Amino acid sequence: MKYQLELQNISKSYGDLKANEDISFGIRPASIHALLGENGAGKSTLVKVIYGSLQPNSGSMIWYGDDYKPNNPFEARERGVAMVFQHFSLFESLTVAENIALGLDNTNLDDELVQVIIKHSKQYGLEINPHQTVGDLSVGERQRVEIIRCLMQNPKLLIMDEPTSVLTPQEVSDLFVTLQKLAKDGCAILYISHKLEEVCQICDHATILRGGKLVQSCNPQEHSKGELAEMMIGKKLTQLARSNVSLGNEIFRINNLSRARQDMFGIELKNICLSIKQGSIVGIAGVAGNGQNELMEILIGESHSATGVLTFKEQDVGQLNAHERRQLSMFFVPDERLGHGAVPELGLNENMLLSRPSVSGMTNNGVINWQTVHTLTEQVINSFDVQTQSSKSLAKSLSGGNLQKFMVGRELIQQPELLIIAQPTWGVDAGSANHIHQALITLADQGSAILVISQDLDEILTLCEQVHVLNDGSLSPPVNMKNNGLKEISQLMLGGERND
Amino acid sequence: MIKLQARSENSRKMVIFAPVLAITLTAISAMIIFLWAGLDVWNAFYVLFVEPLTGKYNISELLVKAAPLMMIALGLSIGFRAGVWNIGAEGQYIIGAISGGAVGLYFYDVQGAWIMPLMALAAILGGMFYAGIAAFLRTKYQVNEILVTLMLTYVAILFLGAMVFGPLRNPDGFNFPESRIFHDSATLPNIWQGTRLHIGLIVALLFAGIAWFMTNKHMFGLQIKISGSAPRAAKFAGFSENKTIWYTLLISGGVAGLAGLFEASGPIGQLVPHIPSGYGFTAIIVAFLARLHPIGIIFSALLIALTYMGGENAQITLQLPSAITSIFQGMLLFYFLACNILIEYKVSFSLNRNK
Repeated sequence: MKYQLELQNISKSYGDLKANEDISFGIRPASIHALLGENGAGKSTLVKVIYGSLQPNSGSMIWYGDDYKPNNPFEARERGVAMVFQHFSLFESLTVAENIALGLDNTNLDDELVQVIIKHSKQYGLEINPHQTVGDLSVGERQRVEIIRCLMQNPKLLIMDEPTSVLTPQEVSDLFVTLQKLAKDGCAILYISHKLEEVCQICDHATILRGGKLVQSCNPQEHSKGELAEMMIGKKLTQLARSNVSLGNEIFRINNLSRARQDMFGIELKNICLSIKQGSIVGIAGVAGNGQNELMEILIGESHSATGVLTFKEQDVGQLNAHERRQLSMFFVPDERLGHGAVPELGLNENMLLSRPSVSGMTNNGVINWQTVHTLTEQVINSFDVQTQSSKSLAKSLSGGNLQKFMVGRELIQQPELLIIAQPTWGVDAGSANHIHQALITLADQGSAILVISQDLDEILTLCEQVHVLNDGSLSPPVNMKNNGLKEISQLMLGGERND
Repeated sequence: MIKLQARSENSRKMVIFAPVLAITLTAISAMIIFLWAGLDVWNAFYVLFVEPLTGKYNISELLVKAAPLMMIALGLSIGFRAGVWNIGAEGQYIIGAISGGAVGLYFYDVQGAWIMPLMALAAILGGMFYAGIAAFLRTKYQVNEILVTLMLTYVAILFLGAMVFGPLRNPDGFNFPESRIFHDSATLPNIWQGTRLHIGLIVALLFAGIAWFMTNKHMFGLQIKISGSAPRAAKFAGFSENKTIWYTLLISGGVAGLAGLFEASGPIGQLVPHIPSGYGFTAIIVAFLARLHPIGIIFSALLIALTYMGGENAQITLQLPSAITSIFQGMLLFYFLACNILIEYKVSFSLNRNK
């Protein structure tokens, strides 16, 4: 038996849209197999077919030599297929252990389960407190719960959808050790990622999709990162580089920002100081759940801060709400898309109005000028290549990457003097991430200041010339990148405690 | 197999079609009930739905009932969009009637065009104050406004009783629990000679226009919508949650208060213990039948008024119990909520090829 799972001529369409067209490939036993492709290339559809949540229109699958035709994920799990989704399916009001118990078939919530969770979380370096409420966890921590939940089913095929986007380099390499160990134990892994470096590092096979069709199956180790990227997006990527960094005067300052934790699992912010100059891109690296959400809340103006803490253009902005800050040309992109940066049940044009400085002309004394709103929405959609049926489509109907492009575009179109952006490219495909990064660099080159809060270290290193690390609510001073900076960042991210 | 598929935007066709379908289904269900009760179906339909639309008296009474429903529902719909559940409009309606009516009675011996506006102002403030209690408790102590507004309704009913049995009782009224009949300056202007139809209908239509403008053309409408569906996004947009709660409760309370005064100083003509007629609760159905849309509320208020009229007719001519009105209102709402799914989802029928 050459393949553990073999797909033969799988096709799946939604109405006229062919999401998957005649796809055939095989996953070898005990291998780590990459599935590469941009947003909308058909990866998710294909994976859902394998996981049983969708049934193909035609084609067949063979699992260990037998016919495999799961009608639902339950049947797939019975056969030994597990999946970590990109968008988490966790109940926010329940604890970690309760969520894991719910996700497993035939499992009771008892001390034994908690012990198993702790065992797994230690074994795979996925630190988590089983009794914590998921609603209080950061994006990164929630993902750990998902990963542990799958690992507890002892699967034969583990599907991972963009699993590393929120992990630190250390955690990523821990995860890779886990994955390689799993593969060695006979559990094949289908690894969906747009991070080509990772794919090159751990995957022994790669299947590349574009526009619903299989473009190529290859061994990623035999190709360069650039070659893989170009196969994936079908065109050349822009080389990113800041042409000339010319810094102006200080435009924004955080002076000794401290705030007690707001709830049991919140993070206390301790004496955060930061200065941003015109024309610079400043990065805050760090693992999720170290105060990023708390800091973002204060920066956006969703909660106020004391006098003299936040200064923008020599003006105290601590007491202003988000709209009043935008009037001064401070703009924001939060990391949570649905429900925070965008309202799922409203159209894109209505979502446009979340960020509506007077100068945009979208409103006049509160009266909405829909013509202007429409024009600006179209402008964002076109210049950021947002894939949507119309400017009135509901935000929830867009894929994560497209909504992210819309949200970034919505703020950039206002030519912000200061842009504060969290996780600019989380869950966004390579082509779009490239586009967003390019747009940020262009903005900074025009003299605006940008603050990037990201867990993606590659992203921070690509964009920023001033890097800080947020750990347990404390912000480090700028890291000197010339002098072994990467190592220092890694140590700061881990609080300087773990060193291995 | 029936499949529901989320639409990428709400279907405009279905916004029109869903209510039509709901009304059709209600009619079919009604037919089954009539057959079961052994009635002549076509006669029953005529009495219930056609007769109320014939003749000056019927039409004017239909509009008299629709006007307060329209007003209250318009006010409530604003709060409902924001997820602020004022279900005690009945109480605010009563307090409005009392406070406006009390002003009218105070100036019993005085004539003047300024009396009516002053009464209206008092009614609005009264309703606002009453709803404001819920806003205060919600914003200050996180007390659920559903409970507060509902329970205050019963307080209002008792308070009305205390007033008409006590300070506001007609001194020449042989101890009947009712106030004096409002004098001319305190009576609502009539707009159709020979009927009870009053200026309240025009005010209601005016409110619908204002509400439509605010919902579709003004940031206030968007603020409410966003606060209701995504509180964190509302903060991101710079809206204060507390302000939204205050605004929506004050608006719905003020409008309900004004509707209460219009009823007291219009069709009823005095303060009596039976002012609470359930309009405040029925208006909740009116608002949802219209999917909270201001213009839709005009039509749903007319439709619900029709069920009131039809129900009264049916009691007289067909000897049906008064519950017939509630049955129709219930069925309408039930079918309507069910049909609403067509607006956001596409239904596709297919044979399951895998089985």
